Amino acid sequence: MDMRILVIEDDVAAATYMARGLEESGHNVSVAHDGREGLMLAAAHDFDVLVVDRMLPGLDGLSVIQTLRATGNRTPVLVLSALGNVDDRVKGLNAGGDDYLVKPYAFSELIARLEALTRRGQPGAEAGPATTLRYADLTMDLLARRVERRGKRIDLQPREFRLLEVLLRHPEQVLTRTMLLEKVWDYRFDPQTNIIDVHISRLRQKIDRDFEPPLIQTVRGAGYALRVPDQAA
Amino acid sequence: MERQTEETIEAELQGLREQYRDLGIFGLGRIIAQRAAAETEMESIYLLIDDEGWTIAGNLDAWPEAEDLVTNRVRFAIEPSGSLGPRRFLGRTVELDDARLLVARDVEDKLRTQALLVNAIGLGSGLMLIFGVIGGFVMSRWMLSRIETINRTTEQIMEGDLGRRITVEGSGDEFDELASNLNAMLERIERLMAGMREVTDNIAHDLRTPLSRLRSRLEVALMNEIDPATARRLLEETVADAEGLIATFNALLSIARAEAGEQRASWEQVDLGLLVQDIQELYEPLAEEREIELCAIADPEVVVMGNRQMLAQALVNLADNAIKYSPEGGRVTLQATHLATAGRPAPLLRVADTGPGIPPELRTKALERFVRLDPDRSTPGNGLGLSLVNAVAQLHNATLELADNQPGLEVSLVFAAPPAARTADA
Repeated sequence: MDMRILVIEDDVAAATYMARGLEESGHNVSVAHDGREGLMLAAAHDFDVLVVDRMLPGLDGLSVIQTLRATGNRTPVLVLSALGNVDDRVKGLNAGGDDYLVKPYAFSELIARLEALTRRGQPGAEAGPATTLRYADLTMDLLARRVERRGKRIDLQPREFRLLEVLLRHPEQVLTRTMLLEKVWDYRFDPQTNIIDVHISRLRQKIDRDFEPPLIQTVRGAGYALRVPDQAA
Repeated sequence: MERQTEETIEAELQGLREQYRDLGIFGLGRIIAQRAAAETEMESIYLLIDDEGWTIAGNLDAWPEAEDLVTNRVRFAIEPSGSLGPRRFLGRTVELDDARLLVARDVEDKLRTQALLVNAIGLGSGLMLIFGVIGGFVMSRWMLSRIETINRTTEQIMEGDLGRRITVEGSGDEFDELASNLNAMLERIERLMAGMREVTDNIAHDLRTPLSRLRSRLEVALMNEIDPATARRLLEETVADAEGLIATFNALLSIARAEAGEQRASWEQVDLGLLVQDIQELYEPLAEEREIELCAIADPEVVVMGNRQMLAQALVNLADNAIKYSPEGGRVTLQATHLATAGRPAPLLRVADTGPGIPPELRTKALERFVRLDPDRSTPGNGLGLSLVNAVAQLHNATLELADNQPGLEVSLVFAAPPAARTADA
């Protein structure tokens, strides 16, 4: 699933590394080094996702996003910033950004977040208020708060339920530990211990222990993904 | 003084004029003669002359050589018989139909007194001026010398001698107050500088070690041909090191941010009870894995104004530490409650463990950055956990208290009691 990505980043070296990394991961990347150029490219071409640095010469990142949104462009935007406090995050999201990533970041984090954003942009992937989520032989009934695998009922704690729900909403997609902590617990910081691993291993006990194949996959150096092993790309 | 004399003369003349109107020139002459006869000391002079200059009555032989002042006022000096020198008189003349009348008073004594007074005032003010100038000079010299002392000390401090302090003379005046305030300020600056130096040293230590490891690994890798599998392993280790560095960096940034005291715009009501339950739920699997009992004691309505993310991170750091340092079979308690104080109850966040604890003499040190009380640094972590908690506590006007849990460590964040009225700034 290759994406067309526009990177608007004034640091040439950082932009080049990012572009190379994204291309290595099979994506199609365009790069702009200032806000004006980026805005023109974004308006002229059809991208799946934009990566916009907040600090840009000429036109700053937030203005680029605001201008795009004002012209009805709904392309998902990941805001990249060296400023990481809550106010800045809120400003970035208010300007029309869809996600916010603070430098320095892990590349796997960037890729995972971009993929999550494009999935969200695709109609049908997370269509409307679906009451049932399904992946492989796993079913989650959101209203009855019921989870079944191969027709067999699985009892989950509320937080395990929420964790599985997030995984089910992003099937075959890498979710980093930070993303899970953010989406399941609404915490945006790095705990000193990888507390998410313990929660995933608990969930695995219930989802995968008595069934084949295991669905919760560990993606080395990145995070976790709900994926049938054969399909692993 | 002269006016007073003139007024009494005027009053007397008023009476004499009436006598003249009623009794004529002879009646007036009689009265003048009586009054003149009564003047044995010559304190008053009465003289009535006719229009040809002949004396009708009076205690003066002839009309005196008088200096004419305005409106019939005269001033003259004569030497009456039996007097020790000339005496000055102030008087008034009245032109009658067929005569002239002079009534005068001796003002010599009064003028002397006046002169004495003027001299005394002049001398007094002169002396005052002189003493004032001298006193002012001495005062200003003294003040300048004290200011100079302060100046000299600040100059020495500017030259790098941060340990110097301004002398407090002990007189308790404004200069002493200024000096002790400046000293307190210097104390604080010196502490901050020392803290910064320590932080820099610690950053150098904690960041340099993984950085040099990272660098030498890459350099060694470049020296010889390596197979792809080894290259991959090397790179993965390098990425792991970089991640550790980023984590340390982020922790430092969080502390800096908390210490800068910003972010109040995003503050909200945070229910500490819910937070405690949340974090207990988050850490329970980890605790269970290490066979530690993790309990949450959450009182209802323990609410503070604050930044939920930062408070959560502080509690996570405390829980993390508590679990890390508790032995197997230990117990960690997360608690949100109210501390009963004299006034309104103060919200309290407490984490207690059954680990080795921190001896009292090391407790202040434990709050400093990068300080890890286990000298071998065997447990993972960057030594920033507690100092972040401390920074978050300060940001929220809370005090961080370390106490003995007998056995173990008990860490409490005591928040300021909320004001009686519900306001945004608690």
